[in-house]
Amino acid sequence: MLTAIDMERFNAALAPSAAALESMNAKISVRDFDFFYGSAKVLHGITLDIPDRQVTALIGPSGCGKSTFIRSINRMNDIIPNARAKGTISIDGRAIYSSDTDVVSLRRRVGMVFQRSNPFPKSIYDNIAYGLRIGGMRNRRELNNVVERSLIRAALWDEVKDRLNESAFALSGGQQQRLCIARALAVDPEVLLMDEPASALDPIATTKIEELIWDLKVNYTIVIVTHNMQQAARVSDRTAFFMLGRLVEYADTKTIFMNPKEKMTEDYVTGRFG
Amino acid sequence: MRRSADDRVFRITTGMFAAIVLLLVIGIGFELWRQSMLSIDKFGFRFWTGRVWDPVSGEFGALPFIWGTLYSSFLALLLSTPIALGIAIYISELSPGMLRQPLAYLTELLAAIPSIVYGLWGVFVLTPIVRKLELLLPESLRRTPFFSGPPLGVGMGMAAIILSIMVIPFTSSVAREILKNVPIAQREAAYALGATRWEAIKVAIGFGKTGIIGAIMLGLGRALGETMAVTMVIGNNPQISPSLYAPQYTMAAVIANEFTEAADDLYLHALIEIGLLLFIITIFVNFISRFFIWTTKQRMERPA
Repeated sequence: MLTAIDMERFNAALAPSAAALESMNAKISVRDFDFFYGSAKVLHGITLDIPDRQVTALIGPSGCGKSTFIRSINRMNDIIPNARAKGTISIDGRAIYSSDTDVVSLRRRVGMVFQRSNPFPKSIYDNIAYGLRIGGMRNRRELNNVVERSLIRAALWDEVKDRLNESAFALSGGQQQRLCIARALAVDPEVLLMDEPASALDPIATTKIEELIWDLKVNYTIVIVTHNMQQAARVSDRTAFFMLGRLVEYADTKTIFMNPKEKMTEDYVTGRFG
Repeated sequence: MRRSADDRVFRITTGMFAAIVLLLVIGIGFELWRQSMLSIDKFGFRFWTGRVWDPVSGEFGALPFIWGTLYSSFLALLLSTPIALGIAIYISELSPGMLRQPLAYLTELLAAIPSIVYGLWGVFVLTPIVRKLELLLPESLRRTPFFSGPPLGVGMGMAAIILSIMVIPFTSSVAREILKNVPIAQREAAYALGATRWEAIKVAIGFGKTGIIGAIMLGLGRALGETMAVTMVIGNNPQISPSLYAPQYTMAAVIANEFTEAADDLYLHALIEIGLLLFIITIFVNFISRFFIWTTKQRMERPA
Protein backbone atom coordinates (compact mmCIF):
# COMPACT_ATOMS: atom_id res chain seq x y z
CA MET A 1 0.00 0.00 0.00
CA LEU A 2 1.49 3.30 -1.00
CA THR A 3 0.89 6.43 1.01
CA ALA A 4 0.26 9.74 -0.66
CA ILE A 5 3.74 10.92 0.27
CA ASP A 6 5.31 7.82 -1.28
CA MET A 7 3.35 8.47 -4.43
CA GLU A 8 4.68 11.96 -4.57
CA ARG A 9 8.24 10.72 -4.22
CA PHE A 10 7.65 8.10 -6.83
CA ASN A 11 6.37 10.62 -9.32
CA ALA A 12 9.21 12.98 -8.58
CA ALA A 13 11.72 10.22 -9.25
CA LEU A 14 10.05 9.30 -12.52
CA ALA A 15 9.66 12.81 -13.85
CA PRO A 16 12.24 15.18 -12.46
CA SER A 17 11.23 18.78 -12.79
CA ALA A 18 12.62 20.85 -15.64
CA ALA A 19 14.51 22.95 -13.14
CA ALA A 20 16.23 19.92 -11.70
CA LEU A 21 17.25 18.79 -15.16
CA GLU A 22 18.70 22.15 -15.95
CA SER A 23 20.78 22.42 -12.85
CA MET A 24 22.35 19.07 -13.66
CA ASN A 25 24.32 20.48 -16.57
CA ALA A 26 24.31 24.12 -15.59
CA LYS A 27 27.60 25.85 -16.33
CA ILE A 28 26.54 29.09 -14.76
CA SER A 29 24.08 29.27 -11.87
CA VAL A 30 22.60 32.59 -10.87
CA ARG A 31 20.67 32.92 -7.61
CA ASP A 32 18.84 36.02 -6.34
CA PHE A 33 21.28 38.28 -8.08
CA ASP A 34 20.86 42.03 -7.54
CA PHE A 35 23.01 44.74 -9.02
CA PHE A 36 23.38 48.39 -8.07
CA TYR A 37 24.97 51.44 -9.62
CA GLY A 38 25.34 53.60 -6.55
CA SER A 39 21.88 53.60 -5.01
CA ALA A 40 20.08 52.66 -8.24
CA LYS A 41 19.08 49.02 -8.32
CA VAL A 42 19.29 47.83 -11.91
CA LEU A 43 18.91 44.06 -11.49
CA HIS A 44 16.31 42.53 -9.24
CA GLY A 45 16.65 39.00 -7.94
CA ILE A 46 17.78 37.29 -11.12
CA THR A 47 17.73 33.50 -10.84
CA LEU A 48 18.57 31.24 -13.75
CA ASP A 49 20.82 28.42 -14.90
CA ILE A 50 22.83 28.68 -18.07
CA PRO A 51 23.52 25.27 -19.60
CA ASP A 52 26.96 24.07 -20.65
CA ARG A 53 27.87 24.22 -24.36
CA GLN A 54 24.70 25.83 -25.50
CA VAL A 55 23.83 29.31 -26.67
CA THR A 56 21.76 31.36 -24.27
CA ALA A 57 20.33 34.60 -25.60
CA LEU A 58 19.41 37.55 -23.41
CA ILE A 59 16.74 39.75 -24.95
CA GLY A 60 14.72 42.72 -23.79
CA PRO A 61 14.19 46.41 -24.44
CA SER A 62 17.00 48.94 -23.97
CA GLY A 63 17.82 49.56 -20.35
CA CYS A 64 16.32 46.28 -19.20
CA GLY A 65 19.58 45.21 -17.55
CA LYS A 66 20.66 42.50 -19.98
CA SER A 67 24.02 44.16 -20.64
CA THR A 68 24.59 44.75 -16.94
CA PHE A 69 23.77 41.12 -16.35
CA ILE A 70 26.13 39.74 -18.98
CA ARG A 71 28.89 42.02 -17.69
CA SER A 72 28.32 40.64 -14.21
CA ILE A 73 29.28 37.17 -15.37
CA ASN A 74 32.94 38.12 -15.88
CA ARG A 75 32.81 40.92 -13.29
CA MET A 76 33.45 43.52 -15.95
CA ASN A 77 31.29 45.90 -13.93
CA ASP A 78 33.96 45.95 -11.25
CA ILE A 79 35.74 48.71 -13.13
CA ILE A 80 32.72 51.02 -12.76
CA PRO A 81 32.95 53.08 -9.57
CA ASN A 82 30.22 52.50 -7.00
CA ALA A 83 28.91 49.38 -8.71
CA ARG A 84 27.86 46.65 -6.30
CA ALA A 85 26.48 43.13 -6.57
CA LYS A 86 24.34 41.06 -4.21
CA GLY A 87 23.35 37.40 -4.47
CA THR A 88 25.41 34.75 -6.19
CA ILE A 89 26.63 33.78 -9.61
CA SER A 90 28.58 30.53 -9.70
CA ILE A 91 30.47 28.96 -12.53
CA ASP A 92 31.01 25.22 -12.16
CA GLY A 93 29.68 25.57 -8.65
CA ARG A 94 32.16 28.20 -7.54
CA ALA A 95 30.79 31.57 -6.48
CA ILE A 96 32.52 34.27 -8.52
CA TYR A 97 31.62 37.14 -6.20
CA SER A 98 33.15 35.52 -3.16
CA SER A 99 36.10 37.34 -1.63
CA ASP A 100 38.63 34.67 -2.62
CA THR A 101 37.85 34.92 -6.34
CA ASP A 102 40.77 35.93 -8.51
CA VAL A 103 39.11 38.28 -10.99
CA VAL A 104 42.01 38.08 -13.42
CA SER A 105 41.80 34.31 -13.75
CA LEU A 106 37.99 34.47 -13.80
CA ARG A 107 38.15 36.74 -16.84
CA ARG A 108 40.52 34.36 -18.55
CA ARG A 109 37.96 31.59 -18.12
CA VAL A 110 35.08 33.80 -19.18
CA GLY A 111 35.90 35.57 -22.43
CA MET A 112 34.01 38.56 -23.73
CA VAL A 113 33.25 40.12 -27.08
CA PHE A 114 31.91 43.65 -27.16
CA GLN A 115 29.32 45.53 -29.14
CA ARG A 116 31.89 47.46 -31.10
CA SER A 117 35.00 45.67 -32.22
CA ASN A 118 37.89 46.96 -30.14
CA PRO A 119 41.17 45.67 -31.53
CA PHE A 120 44.38 47.05 -30.06
CA PRO A 121 46.49 49.29 -32.30
CA LYS A 122 48.81 46.38 -32.94
CA SER A 123 49.28 43.82 -35.67
CA ILE A 124 46.73 41.06 -36.19
CA TYR A 125 49.19 38.60 -34.70
CA ASP A 126 49.92 40.71 -31.63
CA ASN A 127 46.22 41.25 -31.00
CA ILE A 128 45.61 37.52 -30.77
CA ALA A 129 48.79 36.93 -28.79
CA TYR A 130 48.06 39.68 -26.26
CA GLY A 131 46.13 37.56 -23.80
CA LEU A 132 48.70 34.80 -23.98
CA ARG A 133 51.60 37.16 -23.49
CA ILE A 134 50.14 38.80 -20.40
CA GLY A 135 49.53 35.26 -19.21
CA GLY A 136 53.27 34.71 -19.47
CA MET A 137 53.59 32.69 -22.69
CA ARG A 138 56.81 33.59 -24.49
CA ASN A 139 57.53 30.57 -26.64
CA ARG A 140 57.24 31.72 -30.25
CA ARG A 141 56.19 28.37 -31.65
CA GLU A 142 53.48 27.90 -29.06
CA LEU A 143 52.24 31.42 -29.76
CA ASN A 144 52.18 30.73 -33.49
CA ASN A 145 50.12 27.61 -32.92
CA VAL A 146 47.55 29.31 -30.72
CA VAL A 147 47.27 32.33 -33.02
CA GLU A 148 46.61 30.06 -35.97
CA ARG A 149 44.16 27.85 -34.08
CA SER A 150 42.24 30.83 -32.72
CA LEU A 151 41.96 32.47 -36.12
CA ILE A 152 40.78 29.21 -37.65
CA ARG A 153 38.14 28.84 -34.95
CA ALA A 154 36.98 32.38 -35.53
CA ALA A 155 36.75 31.67 -39.28
CA LEU A 156 39.23 34.40 -40.08
CA TRP A 157 42.39 32.45 -40.84
CA ASP A 158 41.96 32.20 -44.61
CA GLU A 159 41.38 35.92 -44.92
CA VAL A 160 44.39 37.05 -42.88
CA LYS A 161 46.98 34.26 -42.91
CA ASP A 162 49.21 36.16 -45.35
CA ARG A 163 49.13 39.43 -43.48
CA LEU A 164 49.39 38.63 -39.81
CA ASN A 165 51.81 41.50 -39.32
CA GLU A 166 49.50 44.13 -40.71
CA SER A 167 47.64 46.46 -38.40
CA ALA A 168 44.34 45.14 -37.10
CA PHE A 169 42.80 48.49 -38.04
CA ALA A 170 43.29 47.60 -41.69
CA LEU A 171 40.57 44.93 -41.42
CA SER A 172 36.90 45.53 -42.21
CA GLY A 173 34.38 45.91 -39.41
CA GLY A 174 33.19 42.32 -39.62
CA GLN A 175 36.74 41.02 -39.76
CA GLN A 176 37.68 43.15 -36.76
CA GLN A 177 34.83 41.64 -34.79
CA ARG A 178 35.92 38.11 -35.71
CA LEU A 179 39.45 39.14 -34.74
CA CYS A 180 38.11 40.12 -31.33
CA ILE A 181 36.40 36.74 -31.08
CA ALA A 182 39.66 35.02 -32.01
CA ARG A 183 41.48 37.13 -29.43
CA ALA A 184 39.00 36.03 -26.77
CA LEU A 185 39.31 32.37 -27.83
CA ALA A 186 43.11 32.47 -27.72
CA VAL A 187 43.22 32.38 -23.92
CA ASP A 188 41.09 29.24 -24.06
CA PRO A 189 38.02 30.31 -22.08
CA GLU A 190 35.16 28.01 -21.15
CA VAL A 191 32.47 30.63 -21.43
CA LEU A 192 32.12 33.26 -24.13
CA LEU A 193 30.04 36.34 -23.41
CA MET A 194 28.91 38.36 -26.40
CA ASP A 195 27.36 41.76 -25.86
CA GLU A 196 25.46 42.54 -29.10
CA PRO A 197 28.39 41.31 -31.17
CA ALA A 198 26.78 42.01 -34.54
CA SER A 199 24.85 45.19 -33.89
CA ALA A 200 27.40 47.37 -35.69
CA LEU A 201 27.81 45.04 -38.67
CA ASP A 202 26.21 44.71 -42.08
CA PRO A 203 23.94 41.70 -42.83
CA ILE A 204 26.65 39.59 -44.50
CA ALA A 205 29.12 40.10 -41.68
CA THR A 206 26.29 39.40 -39.24
CA THR A 207 25.53 36.08 -40.93
CA LYS A 208 29.18 35.10 -40.61
CA ILE A 209 29.19 35.89 -36.90
CA GLU A 210 25.99 33.89 -36.40
CA GLU A 211 27.38 30.87 -38.23
CA LEU A 212 30.46 31.18 -36.10
CA ILE A 213 28.38 31.14 -32.92
CA TRP A 214 26.78 27.88 -34.06
CA ASP A 215 30.19 26.33 -34.59
CA LEU A 216 31.61 27.59 -31.34
CA LYS A 217 28.97 26.17 -29.06
CA VAL A 218 30.42 22.70 -29.53
CA ASN A 219 33.28 23.81 -27.33
CA TYR A 220 32.06 26.84 -25.44
CA THR A 221 29.18 27.94 -23.30
CA ILE A 222 27.92 31.05 -25.03
CA VAL A 223 25.82 33.87 -23.62
CA ILE A 224 24.74 36.50 -26.10
CA VAL A 225 22.91 39.77 -25.63
CA THR A 226 20.99 40.83 -28.69
CA HIS A 227 18.52 43.48 -29.73
CA ASN A 228 17.65 41.52 -32.77
CA MET A 229 14.85 39.03 -32.13
CA GLN A 230 15.45 37.06 -35.33
CA GLN A 231 19.05 36.70 -34.29
CA ALA A 232 18.08 35.31 -30.91
CA ALA A 233 15.72 32.90 -32.61
CA ARG A 234 18.37 31.80 -35.10
CA VAL A 235 21.38 31.29 -32.89
CA SER A 236 20.22 30.40 -29.42
CA ASP A 237 19.04 27.27 -27.64
CA ARG A 238 17.67 29.09 -24.63
CA THR A 239 16.33 32.59 -24.34
CA ALA A 240 15.91 34.82 -21.32
CA PHE A 241 13.62 37.82 -21.56
CA PHE A 242 14.55 40.76 -19.34
CA MET A 243 12.37 43.71 -18.55
CA LEU A 244 13.07 46.63 -16.18
CA GLY A 245 15.85 44.74 -14.44
CA ARG A 246 13.80 41.62 -13.88
CA LEU A 247 13.93 38.24 -15.55
CA VAL A 248 10.42 37.84 -16.95
CA GLU A 249 10.72 34.50 -18.63
CA TYR A 250 13.43 31.98 -19.37
CA ALA A 251 12.90 28.87 -21.45
CA ASP A 252 13.83 27.06 -24.65
CA THR A 253 14.12 29.55 -27.46
CA LYS A 254 11.34 27.81 -29.32
CA THR A 255 9.01 28.15 -26.37
CA ILE A 256 9.80 31.83 -25.89
CA PHE A 257 9.08 32.63 -29.49
CA MET A 258 6.22 30.21 -30.23
CA ASN A 259 4.47 29.70 -26.97
CA PRO A 260 5.55 32.09 -24.22
CA LYS A 261 3.86 31.84 -20.86
CA GLU A 262 3.93 35.53 -20.04
CA LYS A 263 1.86 38.11 -21.82
CA MET A 264 4.76 40.57 -21.66
CA THR A 265 7.11 38.17 -23.41
CA GLU A 266 4.61 37.59 -26.15
CA ASP A 267 4.08 41.31 -26.65
CA TYR A 268 7.81 41.86 -26.89
CA VAL A 269 8.70 39.02 -29.26
CA THR A 270 5.80 39.84 -31.54
CA GLY A 271 7.02 43.41 -31.70
CA ARG A 272 4.18 45.13 -29.87
CA PHE A 273 6.71 47.15 -27.93
CA GLY A 274 10.47 47.30 -27.72
CA MET B 1 19.04 87.04 -46.36
CA ARG B 2 20.37 89.60 -43.91
CA ARG B 3 21.30 86.83 -41.55
CA SER B 4 23.43 85.02 -44.07
CA ALA B 5 25.17 88.31 -44.86
CA ASP B 6 25.91 88.66 -41.16
CA ASP B 7 27.39 85.21 -41.19
CA ARG B 8 29.67 86.12 -44.05
CA VAL B 9 30.91 89.26 -42.34
CA PHE B 10 31.53 87.31 -39.18
CA ARG B 11 33.42 84.64 -41.05
CA ILE B 12 35.57 87.15 -42.91
CA THR B 13 36.47 89.12 -39.76
CA THR B 14 37.42 86.10 -37.71
CA GLY B 15 39.23 84.65 -40.73
CA MET B 16 41.25 87.85 -40.93
CA PHE B 17 42.30 87.56 -37.31
CA ALA B 18 43.42 84.01 -37.96
CA ALA B 19 45.36 85.16 -41.02
CA ILE B 20 47.08 87.85 -38.95
CA VAL B 21 48.57 85.18 -36.71
CA LEU B 22 49.95 83.33 -39.70
CA LEU B 23 51.30 86.56 -41.21
CA LEU B 24 52.92 87.43 -37.90
CA VAL B 25 54.82 84.15 -37.82
CA ILE B 26 55.99 84.57 -41.40
CA GLY B 27 56.82 88.21 -40.73
CA ILE B 28 58.89 87.38 -37.65
CA GLY B 29 60.80 84.74 -39.58
CA PHE B 30 61.44 87.15 -42.43
CA GLU B 31 62.60 89.97 -40.13
CA LEU B 32 64.93 87.65 -38.24
CA TRP B 33 66.43 86.57 -41.53
CA ARG B 34 66.73 90.11 -42.88
CA GLN B 35 68.33 91.43 -39.74
CA SER B 36 70.90 88.69 -39.56
CA MET B 37 72.06 89.11 -43.18
CA LEU B 38 75.44 90.52 -42.20
CA SER B 39 76.25 87.50 -40.11
CA ILE B 40 74.79 85.03 -42.60
CA ASP B 41 76.83 86.55 -45.44
CA LYS B 42 80.06 86.73 -43.48
CA PHE B 43 80.10 83.33 -41.77
CA GLY B 44 77.72 81.20 -43.79
CA PHE B 45 77.50 77.69 -42.43
CA ARG B 46 80.63 78.26 -40.34
CA PHE B 47 78.38 80.15 -37.93
CA TRP B 48 76.76 76.91 -36.81
CA THR B 49 79.97 74.98 -36.35
CA GLY B 50 82.26 77.66 -34.93
CA ARG B 51 83.21 77.38 -31.29
CA VAL B 52 84.62 80.84 -30.83
CA TRP B 53 82.36 83.65 -29.66
CA ASP B 54 84.52 86.74 -29.57
CA PRO B 55 82.69 90.04 -30.05
CA VAL B 56 85.91 92.03 -29.70
CA SER B 57 87.61 90.47 -32.71
CA GLY B 58 84.30 90.05 -34.54
CA GLU B 59 84.46 86.24 -34.63
CA PHE B 60 81.14 84.52 -34.03
CA GLY B 61 80.45 80.80 -33.80
CA ALA B 62 77.20 79.57 -32.26
CA LEU B 63 78.00 75.94 -31.61
CA PRO B 64 78.43 76.26 -27.81
CA PHE B 65 74.98 77.86 -27.54
CA ILE B 66 73.34 75.32 -29.80
CA TRP B 67 75.00 72.60 -27.74
CA GLY B 68 73.94 74.19 -24.47
CA THR B 69 70.33 74.53 -25.61
CA LEU B 70 70.04 71.01 -26.96
CA TYR B 71 71.94 69.39 -24.09
CA SER B 72 70.04 71.21 -21.32
CA SER B 73 66.72 70.44 -23.00
CA PHE B 74 67.64 66.81 -23.47
CA LEU B 75 68.67 66.45 -19.82
CA ALA B 76 65.52 68.26 -18.73
CA LEU B 77 63.36 65.84 -20.69
CA LEU B 78 65.26 62.93 -19.22
CA LEU B 79 64.28 64.15 -15.76
CA SER B 80 60.81 65.47 -16.50
CA THR B 81 59.40 62.72 -18.72
CA PRO B 82 59.12 59.93 -16.13
CA ILE B 83 57.77 62.35 -13.52
CA ALA B 84 55.30 64.00 -15.89
CA LEU B 85 54.03 60.65 -17.18
CA GLY B 86 53.80 59.37 -13.63
CA ILE B 87 51.66 62.37 -12.69
CA ALA B 88 49.50 61.92 -15.78
CA ILE B 89 48.97 58.22 -15.11
CA TYR B 90 48.22 58.80 -11.45
CA ILE B 91 45.72 61.55 -12.11
CA SER B 92 43.92 59.88 -14.99
CA GLU B 93 44.03 56.26 -13.88
CA LEU B 94 44.69 55.76 -10.21
CA SER B 95 43.81 58.77 -8.08
CA PRO B 96 40.49 58.82 -6.24
CA GLY B 97 37.92 60.95 -8.10
CA MET B 98 37.92 63.58 -5.40
CA LEU B 99 41.65 64.31 -5.80
CA ARG B 100 41.62 64.35 -9.58
CA GLN B 101 40.64 67.96 -10.27
CA PRO B 102 42.75 69.56 -7.51
CA LEU B 103 45.82 67.60 -8.59
CA ALA B 104 45.36 68.51 -12.24
CA TYR B 105 44.89 72.13 -11.22
CA LEU B 106 48.01 72.13 -9.06
CA THR B 107 50.24 70.70 -11.77
CA GLU B 108 48.93 73.24 -14.22
CA LEU B 109 49.62 75.97 -11.68
CA LEU B 110 53.32 75.16 -12.08
CA ALA B 111 53.03 76.47 -15.62
CA ALA B 112 51.60 79.76 -14.44
CA ILE B 113 54.58 80.70 -12.27
CA PRO B 114 56.69 83.35 -14.07
CA SER B 115 60.06 82.02 -15.10
CA ILE B 116 61.90 84.78 -13.24
CA VAL B 117 60.45 83.34 -10.04
CA TYR B 118 61.80 79.93 -10.96
CA GLY B 119 65.11 81.61 -11.60
CA LEU B 120 65.18 83.31 -8.20
CA TRP B 121 64.15 80.13 -6.46
CA GLY B 122 66.84 78.31 -8.41
CA VAL B 123 69.55 80.79 -7.45
CA PHE B 124 68.70 81.19 -3.78
CA VAL B 125 67.19 77.87 -2.76
CA LEU B 126 68.13 75.14 -5.19
CA THR B 127 71.68 76.10 -6.06
CA PRO B 128 73.06 75.68 -2.50
CA ILE B 129 71.32 72.30 -2.26
CA VAL B 130 72.62 71.18 -5.63
CA ARG B 131 76.10 72.32 -4.63
CA LYS B 132 75.94 70.21 -1.46
CA LEU B 133 74.82 67.22 -3.51
CA GLU B 134 77.63 67.83 -5.97
CA LEU B 135 80.12 67.77 -3.11
CA LEU B 136 78.67 64.50 -1.84
CA LEU B 137 79.11 62.74 -5.17
CA PRO B 138 81.65 59.89 -4.87
CA GLU B 139 85.08 60.52 -6.28
CA SER B 140 84.77 57.66 -8.77
CA LEU B 141 81.86 59.41 -10.48
CA ARG B 142 83.59 62.77 -10.30
CA ARG B 143 86.29 61.34 -12.54
CA THR B 144 83.80 60.64 -15.35
CA PRO B 145 83.33 63.40 -17.94
CA PHE B 146 79.71 63.88 -16.83
CA PHE B 147 80.64 65.25 -13.42
CA SER B 148 84.08 66.75 -13.99
CA GLY B 149 85.02 70.24 -12.85
CA PRO B 150 84.51 72.25 -9.70
CA PRO B 151 81.15 71.87 -7.92
CA LEU B 152 79.79 75.38 -8.29
CA GLY B 153 76.10 74.64 -7.97
CA VAL B 154 75.29 76.73 -11.03
CA GLY B 155 75.87 74.98 -14.31
CA MET B 156 74.34 72.56 -16.76
CA GLY B 157 72.90 70.18 -14.16
CA MET B 158 71.23 72.99 -12.26
CA ALA B 159 69.70 74.35 -15.49
CA ALA B 160 68.40 70.91 -16.39
CA ILE B 161 66.68 70.56 -13.01
CA ILE B 162 64.98 73.95 -13.23
CA LEU B 163 63.98 73.31 -16.83
CA SER B 164 62.54 69.91 -16.02
CA ILE B 165 60.31 71.38 -13.32
CA MET B 166 59.07 74.00 -15.76
CA VAL B 167 58.38 71.42 -18.45
CA ILE B 168 56.48 68.95 -16.26
CA PRO B 169 53.09 70.71 -16.34
CA PHE B 170 53.09 70.89 -20.13
CA THR B 171 53.95 67.27 -20.71
CA SER B 172 51.76 65.93 -17.94
CA SER B 173 48.62 67.87 -18.81
CA VAL B 174 48.75 66.87 -22.48
CA ALA B 175 49.58 63.26 -21.60
CA ARG B 176 46.72 63.24 -19.11
CA GLU B 177 44.34 64.53 -21.76
CA ILE B 178 45.51 61.81 -24.14
CA LEU B 179 45.05 59.05 -21.56
CA LYS B 180 41.63 60.36 -20.58
CA ASN B 181 40.50 60.16 -24.19
CA VAL B 182 41.60 56.58 -24.79
CA PRO B 183 38.34 54.75 -25.51
CA ILE B 184 37.05 52.75 -22.56
CA ALA B 185 36.65 49.85 -25.01
CA GLN B 186 40.43 49.51 -25.15
CA ARG B 187 40.72 49.02 -21.41
CA GLU B 188 37.71 46.71 -21.39
CA ALA B 189 39.30 44.59 -24.10
CA ALA B 190 42.39 44.22 -21.94
CA TYR B 191 40.46 43.52 -18.74
CA ALA B 192 38.30 40.94 -20.53
CA LEU B 193 41.46 39.05 -21.47
CA GLY B 194 42.57 38.88 -17.85
CA ALA B 195 44.70 42.01 -17.71
CA THR B 196 45.61 43.48 -14.35
CA ARG B 197 45.08 47.16 -13.69
CA TRP B 198 48.66 47.95 -14.66
CA GLU B 199 48.41 45.90 -17.86
CA ALA B 200 45.22 47.73 -18.80
CA ILE B 201 46.99 51.05 -18.21
CA LYS B 202 49.81 49.87 -20.45
CA VAL B 203 47.25 49.19 -23.17
CA ALA B 204 45.91 52.72 -22.77
CA ILE B 205 49.44 54.13 -22.97
CA GLY B 206 50.08 52.02 -26.06
CA PHE B 207 46.94 53.37 -27.67
CA GLY B 208 47.97 56.95 -26.95
CA LYS B 209 51.68 56.40 -27.62
CA THR B 210 52.03 58.83 -30.49
CA GLY B 211 50.17 61.51 -28.59
CA ILE B 212 52.30 60.97 -25.52
CA ILE B 213 55.44 61.37 -27.64
CA GLY B 214 53.84 64.57 -28.87
CA ALA B 215 53.32 65.67 -25.28
CA ILE B 216 57.00 65.07 -24.53
CA MET B 217 58.01 67.02 -27.61
CA LEU B 218 55.76 69.87 -26.60
CA GLY B 219 57.77 69.96 -23.39
CA LEU B 220 60.91 69.96 -25.52
CA GLY B 221 59.67 72.99 -27.45
CA ARG B 222 59.11 74.72 -24.15
CA ALA B 223 62.56 73.77 -22.81
CA LEU B 224 64.40 74.91 -25.94
CA GLY B 225 63.10 78.43 -25.75
CA GLU B 226 63.09 78.94 -21.99
CA THR B 227 65.22 81.98 -21.24
CA MET B 228 65.06 83.71 -17.91
CA ALA B 229 65.34 80.91 -15.38
CA VAL B 230 68.05 79.16 -17.38
CA THR B 231 70.07 82.33 -17.81
CA MET B 232 70.08 82.76 -14.04
CA VAL B 233 71.39 79.31 -13.19
CA ILE B 234 73.37 77.89 -16.11
CA GLY B 235 76.54 79.89 -15.50
CA ASN B 236 76.69 81.63 -18.90
CA ASN B 237 79.98 80.36 -20.18
CA PRO B 238 80.15 79.36 -23.86
CA GLN B 239 81.84 75.99 -23.69
CA ILE B 240 80.95 72.57 -24.98
CA SER B 241 81.17 70.01 -22.21
CA PRO B 242 79.24 66.91 -21.25
CA SER B 243 79.77 67.80 -17.58
CA LEU B 244 76.72 68.66 -15.53
CA TYR B 245 78.97 70.71 -13.26
CA ALA B 246 80.25 72.94 -16.06
CA PRO B 247 78.79 76.42 -16.46
CA GLN B 248 77.48 76.61 -20.01
CA TYR B 249 75.30 78.81 -22.16
CA THR B 250 72.12 78.52 -24.21
CA MET B 251 70.89 80.30 -27.32
CA ALA B 252 68.11 82.11 -25.52
CA ALA B 253 70.39 83.08 -22.65
CA VAL B 254 73.07 84.63 -24.85
CA ILE B 255 70.51 86.74 -26.66
CA ALA B 256 69.02 87.96 -23.39
CA ASN B 257 72.40 88.72 -21.85
CA GLU B 258 74.22 90.32 -24.74
CA PHE B 259 71.56 92.04 -26.79
CA THR B 260 71.93 95.35 -24.97
CA GLU B 261 75.71 95.35 -25.30
CA ALA B 262 75.83 94.53 -29.01
CA ALA B 263 77.53 97.68 -30.13
CA ASP B 264 78.30 96.95 -33.78
CA ASP B 265 76.01 95.64 -36.50
CA LEU B 266 77.79 92.35 -37.04
CA TYR B 267 77.48 91.47 -33.33
CA LEU B 268 73.81 92.33 -33.42
CA HIS B 269 73.23 90.32 -36.57
CA ALA B 270 75.03 87.33 -35.09
CA LEU B 271 72.72 87.42 -32.06
CA ILE B 272 69.68 87.73 -34.27
CA GLU B 273 70.85 84.80 -36.35
CA ILE B 274 70.89 82.72 -33.17
CA GLY B 275 67.33 83.91 -32.66
CA LEU B 276 66.48 82.81 -36.19
CA LEU B 277 67.79 79.33 -35.58
CA LEU B 278 65.97 79.09 -32.26
CA PHE B 279 62.81 80.23 -34.03
CA ILE B 280 63.15 77.54 -36.68
CA ILE B 281 63.94 74.77 -34.18
CA THR B 282 61.05 75.58 -31.86
CA ILE B 283 58.56 75.91 -34.71
CA PHE B 284 59.75 72.60 -36.09
CA VAL B 285 59.54 70.82 -32.72
CA ASN B 286 56.12 72.30 -31.99
CA PHE B 287 54.86 71.37 -35.41
CA ILE B 288 55.96 67.76 -35.01
CA SER B 289 54.51 67.47 -31.51
CA ARG B 290 51.17 68.98 -32.54
CA PHE B 291 51.08 66.62 -35.47
CA PHE B 292 51.58 63.60 -33.19
CA ILE B 293 48.91 64.78 -30.76
CA TRP B 294 46.55 65.54 -33.61
CA THR B 295 46.92 62.14 -35.29
CA THR B 296 46.31 60.42 -31.96
CA LYS B 297 43.17 62.44 -31.34
CA GLN B 298 41.94 61.63 -34.84
CA ARG B 299 42.29 57.96 -34.10
CA MET B 300 40.45 58.30 -30.81
CA GLU B 301 37.50 60.02 -32.39
CA ARG B 302 37.16 57.15 -34.80
CA PRO B 303 34.60 54.68 -33.45
CA ALA B 304 37.00 52.01 -32.30
